[in-house]
Amino acid sequence: MAFDQDTVRRTAHLARIALPQTEIPAVAEQLERIMGLVEELRAIDTMGVLTMAHPLDLDQPLRPDTVGNHDQRELLMASAPAAEHGLFLVPKVIE
Amino acid sequence: MELHEFSLRELRRGLQERDFSSVELTTTLLKRISALNPALNAFVTVTESKALAAAAAADARRAAGEDGPLLGIPMAHKDIFCTAGVRTTCASKMLEHFVAPYNATVVERLAAEGMVTLGKLNMDEFAMGSSNETSYFGPVRNPWHTDMVPGGSSGGSAAAVAAGLVPVATGTDTGGSIRQPAALCGITGIKPTYGRVSRYGMIAFASSLDQGGPMARNAEDCALMLNVMAAHDPRDSTSHPAAASDFLRGLDRPLQGLRVGVPEEFFGAGLDPEVAAAVQTGIAELVRQGATVQSIRLPNNPHAVSTYYVLAPAEASSNLARFDGVRYTHRAANPADLTDLYQQSRYEGFGAEVRRRILVGTYVLSAGYYDAYYRKAQQVRSLIREDFRRAFAEVDVIVGPTTPTPAFPLGAKNADPVAMYLADIYTIAVNLAGIPALSLPCGFTAAGLPIGMQLMGDYFADDLLLNVAHRYQQETQWHRARPSLQAGGA
Repeated sequence: MAFDQDTVRRTAHLARIALPQTEIPAVAEQLERIMGLVEELRAIDTMGVLTMAHPLDLDQPLRPDTVGNHDQRELLMASAPAAEHGLFLVPKVIE
Repeated sequence: MELHEFSLRELRRGLQERDFSSVELTTTLLKRISALNPALNAFVTVTESKALAAAAAADARRAAGEDGPLLGIPMAHKDIFCTAGVRTTCASKMLEHFVAPYNATVVERLAAEGMVTLGKLNMDEFAMGSSNETSYFGPVRNPWHTDMVPGGSSGGSAAAVAAGLVPVATGTDTGGSIRQPAALCGITGIKPTYGRVSRYGMIAFASSLDQGGPMARNAEDCALMLNVMAAHDPRDSTSHPAAASDFLRGLDRPLQGLRVGVPEEFFGAGLDPEVAAAVQTGIAELVRQGATVQSIRLPNNPHAVSTYYVLAPAEASSNLARFDGVRYTHRAANPADLTDLYQQSRYEGFGAEVRRRILVGTYVLSAGYYDAYYRKAQQVRSLIREDFRRAFAEVDVIVGPTTPTPAFPLGAKNADPVAMYLADIYTIAVNLAGIPALSLPCGFTAAGLPIGMQLMGDYFADDLLLNVAHRYQQETQWHRARPSLQAGGA
Protein backbone atom coordinates (compact mmCIF):
# COMPACT_ATOMS: atom_id res chain seq x y z
CA MET A 1 0.00 0.00 0.00
CA ALA A 2 1.11 3.57 -0.51
CA PHE A 3 0.96 5.99 2.33
CA ASP A 4 1.59 9.04 0.19
CA GLN A 5 2.03 12.64 1.24
CA ASP A 6 -1.55 13.55 0.34
CA THR A 7 -2.84 10.83 2.64
CA VAL A 8 -0.66 12.20 5.44
CA ARG A 9 -2.00 15.71 4.84
CA ARG A 10 -5.60 14.54 4.79
CA THR A 11 -5.17 12.40 7.92
CA ALA A 12 -3.35 15.19 9.77
CA HIS A 13 -6.23 17.51 8.95
CA LEU A 14 -8.77 14.98 10.29
CA ALA A 15 -6.65 14.67 13.46
CA ARG A 16 -6.30 18.46 13.74
CA ILE A 17 -2.52 18.35 13.80
CA ALA A 18 -0.71 21.09 11.86
CA LEU A 19 2.17 19.10 10.39
CA PRO A 20 4.66 21.43 8.70
CA GLN A 21 5.29 20.67 5.03
CA THR A 22 8.93 19.88 5.83
CA GLU A 23 7.95 16.99 8.12
CA ILE A 24 5.46 15.35 5.80
CA PRO A 25 7.86 13.18 3.75
CA ALA A 26 9.45 11.66 6.87
CA VAL A 27 6.06 11.08 8.52
CA ALA A 28 4.75 9.46 5.32
CA GLU A 29 7.69 7.08 5.35
CA GLN A 30 7.18 6.15 9.03
CA LEU A 31 3.45 5.63 8.60
CA GLU A 32 4.12 3.53 5.55
CA ARG A 33 6.36 1.30 7.68
CA ILE A 34 3.76 1.03 10.45
CA MET A 35 0.97 0.24 7.99
CA GLY A 36 3.33 -2.29 6.42
CA LEU A 37 3.55 -4.05 9.79
CA VAL A 38 -0.22 -4.04 10.10
CA GLU A 39 -0.78 -5.20 6.53
CA GLU A 40 -0.32 -8.88 7.43
CA LEU A 41 -3.69 -8.82 9.20
CA ARG A 42 -5.48 -8.80 5.86
CA ALA A 43 -4.29 -12.31 5.06
CA ILE A 44 -5.80 -13.85 8.21
CA ASP A 45 -8.99 -15.81 7.71
CA THR A 46 -11.56 -14.19 10.00
CA MET A 47 -14.69 -15.40 8.24
CA GLY A 48 -17.44 -15.65 10.83
CA VAL A 49 -15.22 -14.45 13.71
CA LEU A 50 -16.97 -12.04 16.06
CA THR A 51 -15.31 -8.70 16.71
CA MET A 52 -13.94 -8.11 20.20
CA ALA A 53 -14.13 -4.58 21.46
CA HIS A 54 -13.49 -5.32 25.10
CA PRO A 55 -11.90 -8.00 27.30
CA LEU A 56 -14.79 -8.58 29.70
CA ASP A 57 -18.26 -9.59 28.58
CA LEU A 58 -19.99 -7.61 31.26
CA ASP A 59 -23.21 -5.68 31.41
CA GLN A 60 -22.58 -2.09 32.31
CA PRO A 61 -23.61 -1.81 35.95
CA LEU A 62 -25.75 1.16 36.88
CA ARG A 63 -24.84 3.15 39.96
CA PRO A 64 -27.50 4.63 42.21
CA ASP A 65 -29.01 7.76 40.69
CA THR A 66 -27.89 10.19 43.37
CA VAL A 67 -26.30 13.61 43.16
CA GLY A 68 -22.54 13.21 43.55
CA ASN A 69 -20.94 16.12 41.77
CA HIS A 70 -20.92 19.59 43.11
CA ASP A 71 -20.11 22.95 41.61
CA GLN A 72 -16.35 22.96 40.92
CA ARG A 73 -16.29 25.58 38.21
CA GLU A 74 -13.32 27.53 39.55
CA LEU A 75 -11.29 24.40 40.24
CA LEU A 76 -12.06 22.96 36.80
CA MET A 77 -11.10 26.19 35.06
CA ALA A 78 -7.90 26.73 37.03
CA SER A 79 -5.73 25.06 34.35
CA ALA A 80 -7.35 26.91 31.41
CA PRO A 81 -4.77 28.57 29.16
CA ALA A 82 -7.07 31.58 28.66
CA ALA A 83 -10.27 32.38 30.55
CA GLU A 84 -12.35 35.42 31.44
CA HIS A 85 -15.53 35.82 33.49
CA GLY A 86 -15.64 32.05 34.02
CA LEU A 87 -15.52 31.31 30.28
CA PHE A 88 -12.82 29.77 28.08
CA LEU A 89 -11.42 32.28 25.59
CA VAL A 90 -10.93 31.19 21.97
CA PRO A 91 -10.32 33.14 18.75
CA LYS A 92 -13.41 34.74 17.26
CA VAL A 93 -15.46 32.12 15.36
CA ILE A 94 -18.15 34.36 13.80
CA GLU A 95 -17.12 37.67 12.23
CA MET B 1 21.00 -4.05 54.64
CA GLU B 2 20.16 -0.40 54.30
CA LEU B 3 16.76 1.23 54.72
CA HIS B 4 16.29 1.83 51.01
CA GLU B 5 16.57 -1.91 50.36
CA PHE B 6 13.86 -3.00 52.84
CA SER B 7 10.78 -4.84 51.65
CA LEU B 8 7.33 -3.57 52.65
CA ARG B 9 7.10 -6.18 55.38
CA GLU B 10 10.51 -5.15 56.79
CA LEU B 11 9.56 -1.48 56.61
CA ARG B 12 6.34 -2.15 58.50
CA ARG B 13 8.21 -4.07 61.19
CA GLY B 14 10.70 -1.23 61.56
CA LEU B 15 7.89 1.29 61.90
CA GLN B 16 6.01 -0.92 64.39
CA GLU B 17 9.10 -1.40 66.53
CA ARG B 18 9.94 2.30 66.35
CA ASP B 19 13.34 1.53 64.80
CA PHE B 20 12.58 4.52 62.59
CA SER B 21 9.63 6.82 61.99
CA SER B 22 7.90 7.48 58.69
CA VAL B 23 9.43 10.97 58.72
CA GLU B 24 12.93 9.48 59.10
CA LEU B 25 12.27 6.93 56.37
CA THR B 26 10.82 9.58 54.07
CA THR B 27 13.77 11.91 54.71
CA THR B 28 16.23 9.11 53.91
CA LEU B 29 14.57 8.37 50.58
CA LEU B 30 14.17 12.05 49.65
CA LYS B 31 17.93 12.45 50.19
CA ARG B 32 18.57 9.43 48.02
CA ILE B 33 16.33 10.88 45.31
CA SER B 34 18.16 14.21 45.31
CA ALA B 35 21.49 12.38 45.07
CA LEU B 36 20.59 9.84 42.39
CA ASN B 37 17.78 11.34 40.35
CA PRO B 38 19.99 13.70 38.35
CA ALA B 39 21.66 10.65 36.79
CA LEU B 40 18.50 8.55 36.42
CA ASN B 41 15.78 11.14 35.63
CA ALA B 42 13.19 8.81 37.13
CA PHE B 43 11.20 11.58 38.85
CA VAL B 44 9.43 14.36 36.95
CA THR B 45 8.20 16.03 40.13
CA VAL B 46 9.38 15.53 43.73
CA THR B 47 6.87 16.65 46.37
CA GLU B 48 9.16 17.00 49.36
CA SER B 49 7.09 19.14 51.71
CA LYS B 50 3.84 17.29 51.00
CA ALA B 51 5.69 14.01 51.58
CA LEU B 52 7.08 15.13 54.93
CA ALA B 53 3.63 16.32 56.02
CA ALA B 54 2.08 12.99 54.97
CA ALA B 55 4.82 11.11 56.83
CA ALA B 56 4.19 13.16 59.98
CA ALA B 57 0.46 12.41 59.67
CA ALA B 58 1.23 8.69 59.29
CA ASP B 59 3.46 8.79 62.38
CA ALA B 60 0.61 10.46 64.29
CA ARG B 61 -1.81 7.75 63.18
CA ARG B 62 0.64 5.09 64.35
CA ALA B 63 1.19 6.89 67.67
CA ALA B 64 -2.60 6.84 68.11
CA GLY B 65 -2.50 3.04 67.91
CA GLU B 66 -3.24 2.51 64.22
CA ASP B 67 -1.32 -0.03 62.17
CA GLY B 68 -1.51 -1.23 58.60
CA PRO B 69 0.72 -2.88 56.03
CA LEU B 70 1.24 0.38 54.12
CA LEU B 71 0.92 2.99 56.88
CA GLY B 72 3.82 5.45 56.69
CA ILE B 73 5.50 3.73 53.74
CA PRO B 74 6.81 5.93 50.92
CA MET B 75 5.92 5.37 47.26
CA ALA B 76 5.57 7.31 44.03
CA HIS B 77 3.06 7.39 41.20
CA LYS B 78 3.60 7.14 37.49
CA ASP B 79 2.80 10.64 36.23
CA ILE B 80 -0.30 9.33 34.46
CA PHE B 81 -2.32 9.14 37.70
CA CYS B 82 -4.10 12.40 38.50
CA THR B 83 -3.09 14.01 41.79
CA ALA B 84 -5.06 16.97 43.15
CA GLY B 85 -2.73 19.86 43.86
CA VAL B 86 0.32 18.31 42.18
CA ARG B 87 0.80 18.58 38.43
CA THR B 88 0.08 15.52 36.27
CA THR B 89 2.00 15.79 33.01
CA CYS B 90 1.82 12.35 31.34
CA ALA B 91 5.39 13.37 30.41
CA SER B 92 3.92 15.63 27.71
CA LYS B 93 4.39 19.28 26.89
CA MET B 94 0.62 19.22 26.38
CA LEU B 95 0.08 18.75 30.13
CA GLU B 96 3.27 20.35 31.43
CA HIS B 97 1.36 22.70 33.73
CA PHE B 98 -1.81 20.67 34.25
CA VAL B 99 -2.97 20.33 37.85
CA ALA B 100 -5.83 17.84 38.07
CA PRO B 101 -8.84 18.97 40.10
CA TYR B 102 -9.18 15.49 41.62
CA ASN B 103 -7.25 12.37 42.66
CA ALA B 104 -7.27 9.11 40.72
CA THR B 105 -9.01 6.35 42.66
CA VAL B 106 -5.67 4.51 42.95
CA VAL B 107 -4.05 7.63 44.43
CA GLU B 108 -6.92 8.11 46.85
CA ARG B 109 -6.97 4.48 48.02
CA LEU B 110 -3.20 4.29 48.68
CA ALA B 111 -3.21 7.66 50.45
CA ALA B 112 -6.09 6.51 52.67
CA GLU B 113 -3.91 3.59 53.82
CA GLY B 114 -1.33 6.13 54.95
CA MET B 115 1.18 5.74 52.12
CA VAL B 116 3.49 8.71 51.63
CA THR B 117 3.79 9.94 48.04
CA LEU B 118 7.27 11.25 47.22
CA GLY B 119 6.37 12.51 43.75
CA LYS B 120 5.51 11.70 40.17
CA LEU B 121 7.52 9.39 37.95
CA ASN B 122 8.77 9.86 34.41
CA MET B 123 7.30 7.79 31.58
CA ASP B 124 6.95 7.67 27.84
CA GLU B 125 4.71 10.49 26.67
CA PHE B 126 1.07 9.43 27.17
CA ALA B 127 2.47 5.92 27.86
CA MET B 128 3.39 5.53 24.19
CA GLY B 129 6.81 3.94 24.03
CA SER B 130 8.95 1.03 25.17
CA SER B 131 12.14 2.86 26.17
CA ASN B 132 11.08 5.98 28.07
CA GLU B 133 12.72 8.07 25.38
CA THR B 134 9.49 9.75 24.19
CA SER B 135 9.17 11.68 27.48
CA TYR B 136 9.05 15.47 27.13
CA PHE B 137 11.25 15.56 30.24
CA GLY B 138 14.00 13.46 28.69
CA PRO B 139 14.77 9.75 28.92
CA VAL B 140 15.06 7.75 32.11
CA ARG B 141 18.27 5.79 32.47
CA ASN B 142 18.53 2.17 33.53
CA PRO B 143 20.07 1.92 37.04
CA TRP B 144 21.96 -1.24 36.02
CA HIS B 145 23.70 0.56 33.20
CA THR B 146 23.00 4.23 32.59
CA ASP B 147 23.71 4.02 28.84
CA MET B 148 20.78 1.62 28.56
CA VAL B 149 17.05 2.29 28.44
CA PRO B 150 14.94 1.29 31.44
CA GLY B 151 12.08 0.14 29.18
CA GLY B 152 8.75 1.83 28.99
CA SER B 153 6.36 3.22 29.28
CA SER B 154 6.58 2.92 33.10
CA GLY B 155 10.36 3.40 32.95
CA GLY B 156 10.52 5.98 35.74
CA SER B 157 8.63 3.63 38.05
CA ALA B 158 10.90 0.68 37.22
CA ALA B 159 14.12 2.69 37.57
CA ALA B 160 13.01 4.30 40.86
CA VAL B 161 12.15 0.94 42.43
CA ALA B 162 15.31 -0.77 41.11
CA ALA B 163 17.51 2.08 42.36
CA GLY B 164 15.93 2.08 45.82
CA LEU B 165 14.44 5.57 45.51
CA VAL B 166 11.09 4.09 46.55
CA PRO B 167 10.19 0.58 47.70
CA VAL B 168 7.14 0.45 45.42
CA ALA B 169 5.52 2.47 42.66
CA THR B 170 2.45 2.46 40.49
CA GLY B 171 2.60 1.78 36.78
CA THR B 172 0.19 1.24 33.91
CA ASP B 173 0.28 -1.39 31.20
CA THR B 174 -1.42 -1.05 27.80
CA GLY B 175 0.87 -3.33 25.78
CA GLY B 176 3.59 -4.25 28.28
CA SER B 177 4.30 -0.95 30.02
CA ILE B 178 4.58 -2.49 33.50
CA ARG B 179 6.13 -5.85 32.57
CA GLN B 180 8.70 -4.75 29.99
CA PRO B 181 10.40 -2.07 32.17
CA ALA B 182 10.13 -4.41 35.18
CA ALA B 183 12.07 -7.00 33.17
CA LEU B 184 14.67 -4.53 31.92
CA CYS B 185 15.26 -3.09 35.42
CA GLY B 186 15.20 -6.37 37.35
CA ILE B 187 12.06 -5.82 39.42
CA THR B 188 8.66 -7.48 39.82
CA GLY B 189 5.52 -5.98 38.27
CA ILE B 190 2.03 -7.23 37.61
CA LYS B 191 -0.52 -6.16 35.04
CA PRO B 192 -3.72 -7.26 36.72
CA THR B 193 -6.79 -8.67 34.97
CA TYR B 194 -8.52 -5.91 33.03
CA GLY B 195 -11.08 -4.37 35.39
CA ARG B 196 -9.22 -5.10 38.66
CA VAL B 197 -7.76 -1.63 39.16
CA SER B 198 -9.86 1.48 38.62
CA ARG B 199 -8.98 3.63 35.62
CA TYR B 200 -10.69 6.66 37.15
CA GLY B 201 -8.15 9.47 37.08
CA MET B 202 -5.65 7.42 35.08
CA ILE B 203 -5.13 9.38 31.86
CA ALA B 204 -6.47 7.22 29.03
CA PHE B 205 -4.31 5.89 26.21
CA ALA B 206 -6.29 2.87 24.90
CA SER B 207 -9.22 2.35 27.21
CA SER B 208 -9.95 -1.31 26.42
CA LEU B 209 -6.30 -2.22 27.11
CA ASP B 210 -5.09 0.15 29.87
CA GLN B 211 -4.66 -1.34 33.33
CA GLY B 212 -2.86 0.00 36.38
CA GLY B 213 -0.75 -2.17 38.63
CA PRO B 214 2.05 -2.23 41.21
CA MET B 215 5.81 -2.38 40.56
CA ALA B 216 7.99 -3.58 43.42
CA ARG B 217 11.10 -5.55 44.32
CA ASN B 218 9.24 -8.79 45.02
CA ALA B 219 5.88 -10.51 44.53
CA GLU B 220 4.78 -10.14 48.14
CA ASP B 221 5.13 -6.37 47.92
CA CYS B 222 3.08 -6.41 44.71
CA ALA B 223 0.40 -8.40 46.54
CA LEU B 224 0.34 -5.91 49.44
CA MET B 225 -0.12 -3.04 46.98
CA LEU B 226 -2.71 -4.84 44.87
CA ASN B 227 -4.74 -5.61 48.00
CA VAL B 228 -5.42 -1.87 48.19
CA MET B 229 -5.32 -0.96 44.49
CA ALA B 230 -7.80 -3.60 43.30
CA ALA B 231 -11.36 -2.65 44.14
CA HIS B 232 -14.64 -2.08 42.37
CA ASP B 233 -15.05 1.59 41.54
CA PRO B 234 -18.47 2.93 40.54
CA ARG B 235 -16.67 5.86 38.88
CA ASP B 236 -15.11 3.52 36.28
CA SER B 237 -17.74 1.76 34.18
CA THR B 238 -15.23 -0.96 33.23
CA SER B 239 -14.29 -1.70 36.84
CA HIS B 240 -15.21 -5.30 37.67
CA PRO B 241 -17.71 -5.93 40.51
CA ALA B 242 -15.42 -8.71 41.82
CA ALA B 243 -12.20 -6.67 41.46
CA ALA B 244 -11.18 -6.84 45.12
CA SER B 245 -9.46 -9.87 46.61
CA ASP B 246 -6.95 -10.87 49.28
CA PHE B 247 -3.81 -11.47 47.26
CA LEU B 248 -1.79 -12.48 50.33
CA ARG B 249 -4.02 -15.41 51.21
CA GLY B 250 -2.68 -17.92 48.70
CA LEU B 251 0.83 -16.53 48.41
CA ASP B 252 2.55 -19.48 50.11
CA ARG B 253 0.68 -22.33 48.41
CA PRO B 254 3.18 -25.00 47.26
CA LEU B 255 3.54 -25.39 43.50
CA GLN B 256 3.07 -29.17 43.60
CA GLY B 257 0.88 -30.15 40.65
CA LEU B 258 0.93 -26.71 39.02
CA ARG B 259 0.47 -27.12 35.26
CA VAL B 260 2.85 -24.86 33.36
CA GLY B 261 2.43 -24.22 29.65
CA VAL B 262 5.37 -23.03 27.59
CA PRO B 263 4.30 -21.46 24.28
CA GLU B 264 6.42 -22.42 21.28
CA GLU B 265 5.74 -19.00 19.78
CA PHE B 266 7.66 -17.32 22.62
CA PHE B 267 10.91 -19.15 21.91
CA GLY B 268 11.30 -18.57 18.18
CA ALA B 269 13.55 -16.40 16.05
CA GLY B 270 14.42 -13.01 17.53
CA LEU B 271 14.76 -14.26 21.10
CA ASP B 272 18.14 -13.44 22.64
CA PRO B 273 19.88 -16.73 23.62
CA GLU B 274 20.86 -15.43 27.07
CA VAL B 275 17.23 -14.49 27.75
CA ALA B 276 16.03 -17.88 26.50
CA ALA B 277 18.52 -19.74 28.71
CA ALA B 278 17.62 -17.75 31.84
CA VAL B 279 13.91 -18.30 31.32
CA GLN B 280 14.42 -22.05 30.76
CA THR B 281 16.38 -22.17 34.03
CA GLY B 282 13.49 -20.32 35.68
CA ILE B 283 11.01 -22.88 34.36
CA ALA B 284 13.27 -25.66 35.67
CA GLU B 285 13.02 -24.11 39.15
CA LEU B 286 9.21 -24.31 38.95
CA VAL B 287 9.55 -27.98 37.96
CA ARG B 288 11.91 -28.56 40.88
CA GLN B 289 9.13 -27.26 43.13
CA GLY B 290 6.66 -29.77 41.72
CA ALA B 291 5.19 -28.12 38.62
CA THR B 292 4.63 -30.08 35.43
CA VAL B 293 5.52 -28.52 32.09
CA GLN B 294 3.99 -28.97 28.68
CA SER B 295 4.53 -27.25 25.39
CA ILE B 296 1.52 -25.28 24.15
CA ARG B 297 0.60 -23.28 21.06
CA LEU B 298 -0.67 -19.70 20.87
CA PRO B 299 -0.91 -19.69 17.07
CA ASN B 300 -2.25 -16.15 16.78
CA ASN B 301 0.36 -14.58 19.05
CA PRO B 302 2.51 -13.59 16.05
CA HIS B 303 -0.40 -11.32 14.99
CA ALA B 304 -0.59 -9.54 18.34
CA VAL B 305 1.73 -6.65 17.51
CA SER B 306 -0.06 -5.77 14.27
CA THR B 307 -3.48 -6.12 15.90
CA TYR B 308 -2.34 -3.85 18.70
CA TYR B 309 -0.98 -1.21 16.33
CA VAL B 310 -4.42 -0.85 14.80
CA LEU B 311 -6.54 -0.96 17.95
CA ALA B 312 -4.36 1.00 20.39
CA PRO B 313 -3.77 3.97 18.05
CA ALA B 314 -7.46 3.95 17.10
CA GLU B 315 -8.49 4.25 20.73
CA ALA B 316 -5.70 6.76 21.39
CA SER B 317 -6.75 9.01 18.51
CA SER B 318 -10.20 9.16 20.03
CA ASN B 319 -9.03 9.57 23.67
CA LEU B 320 -6.49 12.26 22.81
CA ALA B 321 -9.03 14.29 20.82
CA ARG B 322 -9.85 16.00 24.12
CA PHE B 323 -6.51 17.84 24.11
CA ASP B 324 -7.62 20.82 22.08
CA GLY B 325 -5.69 23.77 23.49
CA VAL B 326 -8.83 25.31 24.92
CA ARG B 327 -9.56 23.96 28.37
CA TYR B 328 -6.50 22.75 30.29
CA THR B 329 -3.62 22.06 27.95
CA HIS B 330 -0.80 23.69 26.05
CA ARG B 331 -2.07 26.43 23.74
CA ALA B 332 -0.26 27.76 20.68
CA ALA B 333 0.45 31.50 20.63
CA ASN B 334 -1.39 33.74 18.15
CA PRO B 335 -3.61 31.26 16.32
CA ALA B 336 -5.28 32.60 13.14
CA ASP B 337 -8.63 31.04 13.99
CA LEU B 338 -10.18 28.30 16.08
CA THR B 339 -9.11 25.45 13.78
CA ASP B 340 -5.58 26.84 13.74
CA LEU B 341 -5.68 26.98 17.54
CA TYR B 342 -6.50 23.25 17.68
CA GLN B 343 -4.02 22.26 14.99
CA GLN B 344 -1.06 24.31 16.21
CA SER B 345 -1.63 23.47 19.88
CA ARG B 346 -1.77 19.76 19.06
CA TYR B 347 1.30 19.89 16.85
CA GLU B 348 3.31 21.76 19.49
CA GLY B 349 1.90 19.92 22.52
CA PHE B 350 2.36 16.33 21.32
CA GLY B 351 5.74 14.72 20.64
CA ALA B 352 6.54 12.87 17.42
CA GLU B 353 5.56 9.38 18.58
CA VAL B 354 2.23 10.53 20.00
CA ARG B 355 1.45 12.40 16.78
CA ARG B 356 2.36 9.30 14.78
CA ARG B 357 0.00 7.12 16.74
CA ILE B 358 -2.82 9.64 16.49
CA LEU B 359 -2.33 9.71 12.72
CA VAL B 360 -2.32 5.91 12.47
CA GLY B 361 -5.46 5.75 14.61
CA THR B 362 -7.21 8.45 12.62
CA TYR B 363 -6.31 6.66 9.40
CA VAL B 364 -7.55 3.19 10.40
CA LEU B 365 -10.83 4.66 11.65
CA SER B 366 -11.40 6.85 8.59
CA ALA B 367 -14.05 6.12 6.00
CA GLY B 368 -13.02 3.38 3.57
CA TYR B 369 -10.41 1.82 5.88
CA TYR B 370 -12.49 0.93 8.94
CA ASP B 371 -13.44 -2.58 7.80
CA ALA B 372 -10.04 -3.40 6.36
CA TYR B 373 -8.12 -2.47 9.50
CA TYR B 374 -10.17 -1.71 12.59
CA ARG B 375 -12.86 -4.36 12.18
CA LYS B 376 -10.31 -6.89 11.02
CA ALA B 377 -8.09 -6.23 14.05
CA GLN B 378 -11.08 -6.62 16.38
CA GLN B 379 -11.71 -10.05 14.84
CA VAL B 380 -8.08 -11.10 15.24
CA ARG B 381 -8.31 -9.91 18.84
CA SER B 382 -11.05 -12.54 19.30
CA LEU B 383 -8.74 -15.19 17.87
CA ILE B 384 -5.96 -14.16 20.26
CA ARG B 385 -8.34 -14.44 23.20
CA GLU B 386 -9.48 -17.88 21.97
CA ASP B 387 -5.85 -19.06 21.93
CA PHE B 388 -5.58 -18.26 25.62
CA ARG B 389 -8.97 -19.84 26.40
CA ARG B 390 -7.84 -23.09 24.79
CA ALA B 391 -4.49 -22.98 26.57
CA PHE B 392 -5.99 -22.37 30.00
CA ALA B 393 -8.20 -25.44 29.58
CA GLU B 394 -4.97 -27.44 29.80
CA VAL B 395 -2.59 -25.41 31.96
CA ASP B 396 -2.78 -23.14 35.00
CA VAL B 397 -0.07 -20.68 34.07
CA ILE B 398 1.80 -19.83 30.87
CA VAL B 399 5.50 -19.03 31.24
CA GLY B 400 7.89 -17.38 28.80
CA PRO B 401 10.25 -14.44 28.42
CA THR B 402 8.88 -10.94 29.11
CA THR B 403 11.02 -9.35 26.40
CA PRO B 404 12.98 -10.66 23.40
CA THR B 405 16.20 -8.93 24.54
CA PRO B 406 17.66 -7.34 27.66
CA ALA B 407 17.85 -3.53 27.91
CA PHE B 408 19.13 -1.90 24.73
CA PRO B 409 21.24 1.28 24.44
CA LEU B 410 19.57 4.70 24.49
CA GLY B 411 18.89 5.81 20.94
CA ALA B 412 19.27 2.33 19.44
CA LYS B 413 15.70 2.05 18.17
CA ASN B 414 14.70 5.67 17.74
CA ALA B 415 15.03 5.80 13.99
CA ASP B 416 12.60 2.97 13.36
CA PRO B 417 9.23 2.97 15.15
CA VAL B 418 8.51 -0.61 14.06
CA ALA B 419 11.74 -1.94 15.64
CA MET B 420 10.65 -0.28 18.91
CA TYR B 421 7.14 -1.80 18.66
CA LEU B 422 8.65 -5.29 18.46
CA ALA B 423 10.15 -4.84 21.96
CA ASP B 424 6.62 -5.69 23.18
CA ILE B 425 6.19 -8.83 21.07
CA TYR B 426 5.65 -11.09 24.13
CA THR B 427 3.59 -8.72 26.26
CA ILE B 428 0.92 -7.34 23.92
CA ALA B 429 -1.33 -10.40 23.50
CA VAL B 430 -2.05 -10.35 27.24
CA ASN B 431 -3.54 -6.85 27.01
CA LEU B 432 -5.61 -7.74 23.95
CA ALA B 433 -7.10 -10.69 25.84
CA GLY B 434 -7.38 -8.76 29.13
CA ILE B 435 -5.77 -11.52 31.21
CA PRO B 436 -3.27 -10.89 34.05
CA ALA B 437 0.50 -11.27 33.63
CA LEU B 438 3.54 -10.69 35.83
CA SER B 439 7.23 -10.17 35.17
CA LEU B 440 9.87 -11.22 37.67
CA PRO B 441 13.68 -11.31 37.55
CA CYS B 442 15.15 -14.69 36.57
CA GLY B 443 18.80 -13.95 35.82
CA PHE B 444 21.37 -11.64 34.28
CA THR B 445 23.21 -11.43 31.00
CA ALA B 446 26.99 -11.73 30.94
CA ALA B 447 27.04 -7.93 30.65
CA GLY B 448 25.13 -7.65 33.93
CA LEU B 449 21.69 -6.71 32.61
CA PRO B 450 18.57 -8.16 34.26
CA ILE B 451 16.36 -10.72 32.50
CA GLY B 452 12.62 -11.03 33.13
CA MET B 453 10.40 -14.09 33.12
CA GLN B 454 6.72 -13.61 32.37
CA LEU B 455 3.88 -15.52 34.02
CA MET B 456 0.46 -15.31 32.35
CA GLY B 457 -2.78 -16.49 33.93
CA ASP B 458 -6.45 -16.89 33.14
CA TYR B 459 -8.94 -14.11 33.95
CA PHE B 460 -8.80 -13.27 37.68
CA ALA B 461 -5.89 -15.66 38.31
CA ASP B 462 -3.79 -12.69 39.51
CA ASP B 463 -3.48 -14.40 42.90
CA LEU B 464 -2.04 -17.55 41.28
CA LEU B 465 0.60 -15.50 39.42
CA LEU B 466 1.64 -13.78 42.65
CA ASN B 467 1.71 -17.17 44.39
CA VAL B 468 3.98 -18.72 41.72
CA ALA B 469 6.26 -15.67 41.72
CA HIS B 470 6.45 -15.65 45.52
CA ARG B 471 7.34 -19.33 45.72
CA TYR B 472 9.97 -18.83 43.03
CA GLN B 473 11.42 -15.92 45.00
CA GLN B 474 11.56 -18.02 48.18
CA GLU B 475 14.07 -20.30 46.45
CA THR B 476 15.98 -17.86 44.23
CA GLN B 477 17.97 -14.68 44.81
CA TRP B 478 17.61 -12.81 41.51
CA HIS B 479 15.10 -10.35 42.96
CA ARG B 480 17.54 -9.46 45.74
CA ALA B 481 20.28 -8.24 43.39
CA ARG B 482 20.73 -4.44 43.43
CA PRO B 483 22.50 -2.15 40.99
CA SER B 484 25.53 -0.30 42.33
CA LEU B 485 24.94 3.42 42.02
CA GLN B 486 27.07 6.36 42.89
CA ALA B 487 25.52 9.67 43.84
CA GLY B 488 25.93 12.44 41.32
CA GLY B 489 26.45 10.24 38.27
CA ALA B 490 27.15 6.69 37.29
